Amino acid sequence: MLNNITFGQYFPADSFVHKMDARFKLLMTFALIVFAFVAFNFASLGLVAVFTVFVLLLTKIPLKMYFRTLKTIFIFILISAVLNIFYVTDGTLLFSYGIIRIYTGGILRAVFVAVRIVLLILISAVLTYTTTPTSLTDAIESLLKPLSKIGIDTHTFAMMMTIALRFIPTLIEETDKIMSAQKARGADMENGGLIKKIKSVIPILIPLLVSSIRRAKELADAMECRCYHGGKGRTRLKVLKAGRRDVVATISVCVLLTGIILLNIFI
Amino acid sequence: MQPFIEVKDLSFSYSLSEQEKIPVLSHFDLTIEKGSFVAILGHNGSGKSTLAKLFNGLQLPDSGQVLIDGKDTADEKNILDIRKNVGLVFQNPDNQIVATIVEEDVAFGPENLGFPQAELRRRVDEALKAVDMYDYRKHEPHRLSGGQKQRVAIAGVIAMEPECIVFDEPTAMLDPKGRQEVMNIILKLNRQLQKTVVLITHYMDEAAQAQRVVVMDNGKIIADDTPHAVFAQVELLKSVGLDVPQPTELIYQLKKAGIAFDKDVLTDEECLEALSRKFSEDEHCQ
Amino acid sequence: MSVIKTENLCYTYSENTPFEKGAIKDINIEIQQGDFIGIIGHTGSGKSTLVQHFNGLLKPTAGKIYVDGEDVWEKPKEIMKLRFKVGLVFQYPEYQLFDETVESDIAFGPKNMGLPEDEIQQRVIDAAKIVGLPEKLLKKSPFDLSGGEKRRAALAGILAMRPEVLVLDEPTAGLDPIGRDTILDRISEYRAQSGTTVLLVSHSMEDVAKVTEKVLVMNNSRVAMYDTVENVYSRAEELAKIGLNVPHVTRIFMALKQKGFPVNDKVFTVDQAAQQLLPLLKKEGK
Repeated sequence: MLNNITFGQYFPADSFVHKMDARFKLLMTFALIVFAFVAFNFASLGLVAVFTVFVLLLTKIPLKMYFRTLKTIFIFILISAVLNIFYVTDGTLLFSYGIIRIYTGGILRAVFVAVRIVLLILISAVLTYTTTPTSLTDAIESLLKPLSKIGIDTHTFAMMMTIALRFIPTLIEETDKIMSAQKARGADMENGGLIKKIKSVIPILIPLLVSSIRRAKELADAMECRCYHGGKGRTRLKVLKAGRRDVVATISVCVLLTGIILLNIFI
Repeated sequence: MQPFIEVKDLSFSYSLSEQEKIPVLSHFDLTIEKGSFVAILGHNGSGKSTLAKLFNGLQLPDSGQVLIDGKDTADEKNILDIRKNVGLVFQNPDNQIVATIVEEDVAFGPENLGFPQAELRRRVDEALKAVDMYDYRKHEPHRLSGGQKQRVAIAGVIAMEPECIVFDEPTAMLDPKGRQEVMNIILKLNRQLQKTVVLITHYMDEAAQAQRVVVMDNGKIIADDTPHAVFAQVELLKSVGLDVPQPTELIYQLKKAGIAFDKDVLTDEECLEALSRKFSEDEHCQ
Repeated sequence: MSVIKTENLCYTYSENTPFEKGAIKDINIEIQQGDFIGIIGHTGSGKSTLVQHFNGLLKPTAGKIYVDGEDVWEKPKEIMKLRFKVGLVFQYPEYQLFDETVESDIAFGPKNMGLPEDEIQQRVIDAAKIVGLPEKLLKKSPFDLSGGEKRRAALAGILAMRPEVLVLDEPTAGLDPIGRDTILDRISEYRAQSGTTVLLVSHSMEDVAKVTEKVLVMNNSRVAMYDTVENVYSRAEELAKIGLNVPHVTRIFMALKQKGFPVNDKVFTVDQAAQQLLPLLKKEGK
C-alpha cells in the first residue's frame, strides 16, 4: 500500500528535457516556479501555462502520469481555491446566504489560484520525472560547490542525499513488511483513538529503527571496503556537461520572462 | 605457489565493555595462495565472518599479523592499497549498494580511487559484463531480484580490479536461482579471471566446489584439505553442526553399516558410479 | 473436513507498483484439518501472495476463500479473528521483534486477542517451551538474543496465539544447519503433539521432503502440482522444467533404476535411501 507513491519518480525516456544538464533543469524549474508567482494576471499566467504544457509534451512522458500526480493532491487544490472564493469580494455579487457571499471576483480568483498551483506541481513533476535522483543530487552538489570555499562540507551533504534516495524505496518496502507481520499478530492500526493509534505505531517504528541502524553499519563497512575516504581525490563517472540544448532552454526561458513582464505591465 | 594472504599467530576478541571481552580467534594461522579458491566453512559464530573483516583491515588483530601480498593491514599507510586488492562482498546485497543507478554504484569504488573518467567507464563496463548485468546498467538497484542485486555488488568490487575477492556468505539471503547465479560468477572469477577467491559459507554444496576447504569451529581450524578429504570426515563435520553433501552422507551411512567402499564420494555422479559398481560386483559373486 | 478452501482465487497487484511481486490466478485448493503441507515455488511464483490470503492480510481481487467453511470476506469486520485462527510467520520474522523483553514481545499477539493476563502468561511460557527458548531468556531484550534465538522468539509470538493453522514463510532462510534443524524439529514436534495444520513455504526440496506429507508446487501464479510428497517428487522432469530440483538422493536413485538396478526410486531423504540399499547390498554381498 505504501508502494503507490508516484510523486518524485523518474520515468526514463529519450527526450530533449531528459538530456538537459540537471543543473540547468534545476535552475529553470526554480525560475518557472518564480514566474508562476510573479505572473499576476490571466494573460501572463496563461503564457506560463502554455510554456509548461509545451515542456510537458517535450518530455515524451504520457500525460496521464502528470494527471495522476495532480489527482493525489486534488483536495489541496480544491481547498485553496474554495478559500479564495470567500476571501475576495470584488465584482458583482452572485450568491449570498447568511454570511456566505460569493462574488465574480472570488470565482476568478479561485480559478487563478487553482491554475497557479497546478502549474507549480506540473513544473516540479517535470523535474523529478525527467531527472534521476542521482543527477539531481549531483546538480545540487555542483551548484552548492562555491559554499565549500567558506568551509561547508558540500560533498558529505551530497553523499547523504544520495544514500537517502537509495534507501527510501528499501525502507518503504521494509515498513510494508513489518506492518504486515504485526498485523498478522493482530495489531490494529486502523481503529481506536489518537493515543491508541500512536501506541500502535511503536511495533512498527522500533523494528524499523533497529533495522535501519543495522543497515547503516553494514553500508558503512561496505563503503569503507570500496575505498571510500571522503570527497578528497574522488572522481566521477558522470560529469555534468552543459550543451547546446541548455543554451536553447535558457534563451526560451528568458523570452518567457520578457513575455510575462510585458503582459503584466500592459494588460 | 605464492602466498597472497598470510595470517600469522592472530588473536582477536570483541569487547562488550571495558573488562568483558569475547575471544573470537586465538593464535590463528592461515595462508591463502595467489590464484586459489578456498572455502571457509563453519556455523554461525565460528569466527569465520570476523576473519573476512580482518583480511582487509576493516578489523585489526589484537596481536599477530595479517599480511596481504606482504603488506601489514595494521599499517595505516597500506590500507587503501590493501582494500583495493582485497574486495569484500557481504551477505545482504541491499546494504552494499550505494547509488540509485546500477552503473553509478559499480563506479563507486574506482571513483574513490580517483581514476579519470575514461578509465572509470572502461572498468564499469567490464565489471558489469563479467557478472552479466551490462544490460541492466541504467536500472535502479531496488527493482532487481536478490541474485541480480548481489551480482551488482560483486561488479562493484570487480571494478576496483582486486587481486582477491572475499565473499562473506554471499548467498545466504538468496533463493536457489539467485544462489546459482552468484555461484556461477564466483567460479568464473577464479577459473577465467584468475582471481584469488575466498568463499565464507555454511552451505557445504558451495564449499565442495572450491579447491580447498577450511573448516572452522570456535575460532580454530579443525580441518583443512581438498573437498573430498574434508567431507570424508562426516563425524567431525556433524559434531560441529555442519552438513555433508547427500551423496557423501549416503555412502557414509552404508559404510557404517558394514558395506565397504574404496573411495569417498562428493558428487551425484561419483555416488552413482560407486553404487553401480557395488551392484555389479554383487551380481558377479552370485 | 477442509480448514481452508479456495475457489478461483485471484490476486493481482496494482499495475503501477514498482516492485515485482507474484500474482496468483485461479487457485482451487482444499487443505484438510491436520495436514502438513510444503509449499514450493520460485520467488515471484505467487506462493507468498497465496499464504497472505489465508489470514486475510490480502483481499482477493476475484474468487473466494473459505476458512472453517465460512466465506472470509462476507464479514470484513471480523477479519481480525481470522488473523488469530491462521497464524502467519513471515520471512525473517526476527525483524518484527520490538518490545522491551522477549516475554512481552511473545505476549503481543495474545494481548491483541484480548485474553486475560494469567492466560497470556501461560501461553507465553508454553510457546517459549515449544520453540525451545530457555526461561531465563524471557526477561532479556529480544535484541540481545542470537540470530537463531531471535527467530525462535518470533515463532513463539505466533504460536502463543494458538492458531488452528500455522503458516510459515521460509522459516529457515539464512540460518546455518544447526539453526535450520532446530526450527524444523521444533515445528514437526509441535505439529505432532498439537495436531495443528501446518503450511511450510520453502525453497528447499530437501527440507520439505524431510518434514511434510503433501506438497503444493506453485509456478507462474498457478498451482502446478498438489499431491503427496511421493507423487510430486516422482515427477522430477516436470519439476526440473520449472527450475526445481528433487533431492540428490532421489536423482541418484532414479539414475540407478534407469540403469536397471532393482531399486525403488521413491526415495527423498538420505535415511530412506540407506534403509533401502542396506538389505539389497548386504544380502547380495554375502
